[in-house]
Amino acid sequence: MTNSNMKNNSHSADVRFLCFVVMLVASLCSHNLLAQDTLPASVKIAQQQRVETIARVSPSVVAIFPPSGKGGGSGVLISSEGLALTNFHVVRGAGPFLKCGLNDGNIYDAVLIGIDPTGDVAIIKLLGRDDFPAAVLGDSDKVQAGDWAFAMGNPFLLAADFTPTLTFGMVSGVRRYQYPAGSFLEYTDCLQVDTSINPGNSGGPLFNSDGEVIGINGRISVEKRGRVNAGAGYAISINQIKNFSDHLLSGRVVDHATLGATVRTDDFSNVVVDTLLPDSDAARQGLRQGDEIVSFGGRTIGSVNQFKNVLGIYPKGWKIPLTYRRNGERTDIVVRLLPLHSTGELLQFVQPPRPFENPEKKLKGKTPVIPGHDHPPFPEKYAHLYKSRQGFANYYFNEQHQKRLLSYLQAMGEFGKRNTKWTFTGTHQDGSPFRMVITEFASLLELPASKQVHLLDIERPETFMAGLNGEGMLISFLQLQRLLTQKKEGFTEFYYVGSEPLDGVGSRVDILATMESGREARWYFDKQTHQLVGWDTFIRPDVPECKIRIEQWNNDGQQHIVPSRWSLSSSGMPKSVFQADKMVIETIERPDDSPAPDKAAAPKPKT
Amino acid sequence: MNIRFPFNLLFAVALMIATSLIGSRNFCLAQSESDSGNLEVKKVIHQVFPKVVKLYGAGGLKNLANYGTGILISADGHILTVWNHLLDTDHLTAVLDDGRRLPAKFVGGAGEAGLAVLKIEVTNAPHFSLEKVGRRGPGTPVMGFSNMFNVAAGSEHVSVIHGVIATVTALTARRGRFDVPYQGEVYLVDAIMNNSGAAGGAVVSYDGVLLGMIGKELRDRRSNLWINYAIPLYDVKQTIGKLIRGEVITNEQTGLPPVIKTVETLPLGFRLVPNVVPRTPAFIDTVVPGSLADKAGLKSDDLIVLIDDDLVQSCREFYERIRESKKGDQLRITVRRDQQLFTVEMIIPELAD
Repeated sequence: MTNSNMKNNSHSADVRFLCFVVMLVASLCSHNLLAQDTLPASVKIAQQQRVETIARVSPSVVAIFPPSGKGGGSGVLISSEGLALTNFHVVRGAGPFLKCGLNDGNIYDAVLIGIDPTGDVAIIKLLGRDDFPAAVLGDSDKVQAGDWAFAMGNPFLLAADFTPTLTFGMVSGVRRYQYPAGSFLEYTDCLQVDTSINPGNSGGPLFNSDGEVIGINGRISVEKRGRVNAGAGYAISINQIKNFSDHLLSGRVVDHATLGATVRTDDFSNVVVDTLLPDSDAARQGLRQGDEIVSFGGRTIGSVNQFKNVLGIYPKGWKIPLTYRRNGERTDIVVRLLPLHSTGELLQFVQPPRPFENPEKKLKGKTPVIPGHDHPPFPEKYAHLYKSRQGFANYYFNEQHQKRLLSYLQAMGEFGKRNTKWTFTGTHQDGSPFRMVITEFASLLELPASKQVHLLDIERPETFMAGLNGEGMLISFLQLQRLLTQKKEGFTEFYYVGSEPLDGVGSRVDILATMESGREARWYFDKQTHQLVGWDTFIRPDVPECKIRIEQWNNDGQQHIVPSRWSLSSSGMPKSVFQADKMVIETIERPDDSPAPDKAAAPKPKT
Repeated sequence: MNIRFPFNLLFAVALMIATSLIGSRNFCLAQSESDSGNLEVKKVIHQVFPKVVKLYGAGGLKNLANYGTGILISADGHILTVWNHLLDTDHLTAVLDDGRRLPAKFVGGAGEAGLAVLKIEVTNAPHFSLEKVGRRGPGTPVMGFSNMFNVAAGSEHVSVIHGVIATVTALTARRGRFDVPYQGEVYLVDAIMNNSGAAGGAVVSYDGVLLGMIGKELRDRRSNLWINYAIPLYDVKQTIGKLIRGEVITNEQTGLPPVIKTVETLPLGFRLVPNVVPRTPAFIDTVVPGSLADKAGLKSDDLIVLIDDDLVQSCREFYERIRESKKGDQLRITVRRDQQLFTVEMIIPELAD
């Protein structure tokens, strides 16, 4: 009975199970049939899109080889003229000329333009075409964990025909901070991917699923498994590179920045200022030890890494908004960043390898030399594209930008020679009249309403700070006169820096740097209008720079574009605005062959 | 009507179903891959982030990371992680997704099954409910969440990587190659998941169901092969429940195959250092004054090198050897102390099992 029941039970269970199975199979079959009718269509479309995206971006991926033919890396074209991004560590030690392969199977000559040893980025220029296939740059701030990301490049130098290798993966994390390898190659604010990145991928692009470049692959976590991918690869975010791109195009060795302050996390998980350089712009603007950093560069700061991430994406000299809190009170400032490295530290990256350190050279004569391999042939027609100069990766490209900026100055008119006298007359912001005279040997500012005369005597450094508030307005305008009359010849250093947002918040400006008699000036040209919009004069290292911003230019009716309204400011001083109704340009007689004016004849300041 | 189907036919049908299920899952993956917005996946990822914590504890020596990962499994702050060297400290810290750093206390551990439960003082913590732990087969797309390489500091989210369950199998197939105490089934995953600091991380399906916990790093010494695996949590749900209640459980109770486990050596009068790595040298940690060991002349920091004439290369080998002996056996123990060898003899007393 028990057995039978058991049997029956099991019997009915079998039948029920069979029915269930039949139903399930039927429903699954229909599901699968349905799937074949509908799902593959969307899948096919998506796959087709992916195939098309990859086909579209593949021509922009560059295989980069040093002239020695040993090793190599990857890169990505970003303009039809052949500009391409790569890692600094790919071009390091390779010299100014490189060989590049594209997926059309051709090898192109390329020349190095600029390097960023700290950020591990370099810009090179492929030569021989003006219609290179360029990739589109994306917005890396929009990238999130979980996004798909594919890497292209030449891992393990597999592609003999330069068809890039494609690897596909997921964004594992964003805004990662990776400590410097040695004292350089610090990866800040970078993207972490499980996309397989391997040796040879360095310098190659990381694309989002739309085929936009979101980063430059450059680093992987390696530990126990050897020097291959172990699940964590890092790409320099493309937005960081956008900040640096004009700097890199200047042909310089570009530097990253420091605030001049160190920060730490306090007991309440706030990020506070730990130490501060007294001469830093941040200190001059009122930041003090113990202040809590609330936001920096527009981002809320909740950890030391977040602070470092912001700091790491900007070139030195940029002005960045910073909000700090002290005793519950918030203060907003815009701070100018200091250089991260000394010039000497950066120079090591442009020293050519000394000949006796080259083992190949030693062996020369013993080993057969492959023609064109020992000294790779670079067409003579490209030789002019490289100029060596201390502090520059390739001075040739800086000269091109100098010419461009000089042409903007030229467009302002012919301002004569050194023996020029400028006389501005107009009103100060409080409505009182002013008169300002600028000549090479002596300048003055008269404010009759308050019975003040400020005098600048070029022979007496103590007068250099002359101006309404002792901020150096006269010497700043003397710099302008020097720039407009003597151009490049008026300065011991004269170079293009790159670009930055004016005063940290304005539109992008090109920066020209000049130096004469220890005085540095940075001149700002609007990138759209090419107009000189202002300049900063660094009179001495221990005093804050004098900032002139030209709010309005006028035509003086004699083919000169002249400043008619400007603001004057300096850290810790009140801002003043001057309205010039008239500017007279005259030629004056210099005292005969005498570099110094007669001091006794010069009027004394009445203050 | 007495219809009986042979079992193998039912089995074949079941297999068909399983295969077709896997097939449809693959379609799902293809679809999610093709979605450039990838929104659903990102939503799941951001739901998982706050349920995974970064752990900081003992370690810091070469190849022994002092960082790891844990999974929040209760609103009261119970954290599931692997029982490894990291926990061998009184100063264990859990860093939450929002950057909060909280001290973590050891609550319970399940022998060499490798599970441990910690607790932090929080309320309403986002967590994975143990009731909703899932079980999936080969072909399932999964994501691994962990503190791998300690890349994410402070309030940064842990790292997420993606892969597919390649197979579900017992690592015992490799017994003798991998020195692995855990002998249940594991998920083998095709992503490089088991990195430094990843152990204790969460393996989650694309619809956000917790499937497994990333295991300790395992390497085959001969092939230098590292495997990527996770411990399926579905089978050990009961065990985890007991751990939360503060129990320390031996392997018999977990229902897992027996493994060599620590022997209580206190009746002998000494204890070895904690068995934290696969080949921890058998150093004597403490000697009880007046005990057998003390009378025989053993001292702390002695390194046990021989038992009788058998070489002892690790704590594990010592326990294996001790386990074989019976009460009344005479044991000759040779130790190294200050570059010299000393031999002592002891009669084995009653040892607790």
